[in-house]
Amino acid sequence: MSKYSIFSLARNAMSYHQNWAAAWRSPEPKQKYDAIIVGGGGHGLATAYYMAKEHGMKNIAVLEKGWIGGGNTGRNTTIVRSNYLWDESAHLYEKSMKLWEGLSQDLNYNVMFSQRGVYNLGHTLQDMRDIQRRVNANRLNGIDGHVVTPQEIKAAIPHINIDQGCRYPIMGASFQPRGGVARHDAVAWGFARGADKYGVDIIQNCEVTSILQENGAVTGVETSRGKIMSPKVGVVVAGHCSVLAEMAGFRMPIESHPLQALVSEPIKPILDTVVMSNAVHGYVSQSDKGDLVIGAGIDSYNGYGQRGSFSGIEHTVSAIVELFPIFSRVRMNRQWGGIVDTTPDACPIIGNAPVKGLYFNCGWGTGGFKATPGSGWVFAHNVATGQPHDLNRPFALDRFVTGHLIDEHGAAGVAH
Amino acid sequence: MLLIECPWCGKRDESEFSYAGEAHIARPLETGKLSDAEWADYLFMRKNPKGAHREQWLHAAGCRRYFNAERDTVSYQIKSTYKIGETPSEDRA
Ligand SMILES: Cc1cc2nc3c(=O)[nH]c(=O)nc-3n(C[C@H](O)[C@H](O)[C@H](O)COP(=O)(O)OP(=O)(O)OC[C@H]3O[C@@H](n4cnc5c(N)ncnc54)[C@H](O)[C@@H]3O)c2cc1C
Ligand SMILES: [Zn+2]
Repeated sequence: MSKYSIFSLARNAMSYHQNWAAAWRSPEPKQKYDAIIVGGGGHGLATAYYMAKEHGMKNIAVLEKGWIGGGNTGRNTTIVRSNYLWDESAHLYEKSMKLWEGLSQDLNYNVMFSQRGVYNLGHTLQDMRDIQRRVNANRLNGIDGHVVTPQEIKAAIPHINIDQGCRYPIMGASFQPRGGVARHDAVAWGFARGADKYGVDIIQNCEVTSILQENGAVTGVETSRGKIMSPKVGVVVAGHCSVLAEMAGFRMPIESHPLQALVSEPIKPILDTVVMSNAVHGYVSQSDKGDLVIGAGIDSYNGYGQRGSFSGIEHTVSAIVELFPIFSRVRMNRQWGGIVDTTPDACPIIGNAPVKGLYFNCGWGTGGFKATPGSGWVFAHNVATGQPHDLNRPFALDRFVTGHLIDEHGAAGVAH
Repeated sequence: MLLIECPWCGKRDESEFSYAGEAHIARPLETGKLSDAEWADYLFMRKNPKGAHREQWLHAAGCRRYFNAERDTVSYQIKSTYKIGETPSEDRA
């Protein structure tokens, strides 16, 4: 496969960009692999990439029921940050942040990672105490961040409303300068291309319908494109993890909920950073194309429909308009939903499943895009070696039995 | 927007209700004898099905009573609602 560079760009310009090679192959599934990854979202593709790159496992297939990146990976608001409260999560998300910082070069694919900073707003005294505590914890973990005043926020974001007379006045914020956004599709495509380069088979339109076992060990999967055998199966299916767990015969502490986002018509540059608010539950950034990218809260009920409720949109848009009155006349272009897999402690579940050779990576809920490279990196280690990496060991499923929950609810600013 | 039928008040807008998760989870009786794994199953593990789901709702901005609903988690269609302690329609047949 050709390397993307200024020279390949010039060469392809000669033929009017008609002859670019496909970025990854679309092979027929083989009968047997050394490992199968179920789910072609960013996390599944990153897992396959790092298994090939770091662990030398190249006879791998990624099985995706639809198209790669068509799940939450291609539906999220792309916020990346690592300012989580507890050590376990801070270390995991910061590992991911470090990978983001070199990802475009590593993949030879521009994932448009833009470290434009992330503000997490506080609207009450308790919000501000929590923010101070979180920023201090972050700094002890070597994660950048500081607390800013309403005046400092206003200086950086001229259109924000810091009027103290409104219902939820902005009393301050945490700011993580290394946070930002990345292009979600490019992340899926870049990892797919990178994995394919090592020989990983990426198989789309291939739905796993059952997990085959013999004597308590995984032997393969049944799919819409036939039986595929493998002694190792890594499941990375986000909102569908309870469905896959049921196929394998165990239960998950997970509820799947719809989470929605919307984008406006493209407008001239107006917001060059990311603003998130837990209390009023809205978050917004502006894409390079110019549209405002706005995320809502989850719908309260369990749901597998990839759409969100009207009351959810109304709630979010009113919050955004209170933060940015100038946006009140911007028209919204598109709205969609994803299915997020929420856990009781708002932390992912990464590790060995109760069946030998079966591994699960899920529970990222409303905030796993930022973790894509780090999640793939630790899970690749876990699937390849059969043992968790130190970074994902605390996130094992059995923490719900031992009671060692990692309570990031609220602690992590907003949940995205 | 969902139109939800409270068994006491009748059909009301979704925004009057709050969701209270999977229904028919009985608290174990002899809690002193439960293992950690049994506690985990009761406290945390959920069916989370793709399809028919029996769940609890609270008519928060109405009569403030809990009730159960059978709802499809893909189409979101509510098949029936019934009072706590009652059996869902399909079990009655
Ligand atoms: C609206 C919205 C906004 C969000 N905003 C943010 C944000 O700003 N920042 C952030 O960090 N996170 C955010 N998230 C969360 C983030 O998108 C997810 O945590 C992350 O993308 C999960 O990636 P994944 O690869 O695990 O899942 P997915 O991308 O959902 O991939 C799972 C894949 O598994 C496939 N699959 C399912 N069942 C099967 C089967 N039986 N066989 C084969 N394949 C199957 C699906 O088709 C899917 O492609 C947001 C999510 C949503 C929905
Ligand atoms: Zn009522």
